[in-house]
Amino acid sequence: MAPRAAARLELLGFTDVSHYKAGKLDWMAAGLPTEGENAARPRAGTVARKDVPVCSLTDRVGDVRDRARAARWDAAVAVDPNRVVLGLLRAGELAKDPDMLIEQAMRPGPSTFRPYVPIKEMADYMTEHKLECSPVTTSDGKLVGLLLKSDAVKEAEGCPDCVRKMI
Amino acid sequence: MAKLIDRGQLQDLVARGAQLVEVLSAKEYEEDHLPGARSIPLRDINRESAASLDPHRPVIVYCWDSA
Repeated sequence: MAPRAAARLELLGFTDVSHYKAGKLDWMAAGLPTEGENAARPRAGTVARKDVPVCSLTDRVGDVRDRARAARWDAAVAVDPNRVVLGLLRAGELAKDPDMLIEQAMRPGPSTFRPYVPIKEMADYMTEHKLECSPVTTSDGKLVGLLLKSDAVKEAEGCPDCVRKMI
Repeated sequence: MAKLIDRGQLQDLVARGAQLVEVLSAKEYEEDHLPGARSIPLRDINRESAASLDPHRPVIVYCWDSA
């Protein structure tokens, strides 16, 4: 669409036209601000809990479970040294053998969502797909936070549907 | 032929006075657009709508992604 717009403007006499090829999606995935009706509405990235415990693949389940419980969590996210999400541990995984390595206990490759997704769409998606919690990441996979379905549903009350679906 | 630019180049150009134009529908523009962008949907680009742009300053167009 944008290449055609650029061509049209050039035919109309504009001599210095550029095309931001990656577009609005790239801008929003980078967490940069936008203007418009949605700018002030909650999104996955704003509602996700940033204090979710994180762990590495070589941690032991028992240690991570103790840390999570001390922080009043029953979930943790396995990340690499750059905070790239590798796996998710919910109550079931945290209840496994305490000596097991996280790499063996976690649910690898969980579905992740971008911070810009409107919370109404997240709430609907998580309800439909029975997701109790989902990691929210940047476009390069780095953890922003863990979004709980209960938080998403609560925040979505009264939010209108958007024109374009973003999941 | 329009130059292809990335996010960093866009920010540099805008800081130097480039005009940002979103070519998606007006409704999509109303929901979210880049700061300072104006809306000229693709189908509405013509001599009249283009007259709102300064022909002596760079223009950057964008839509959702690379489509």
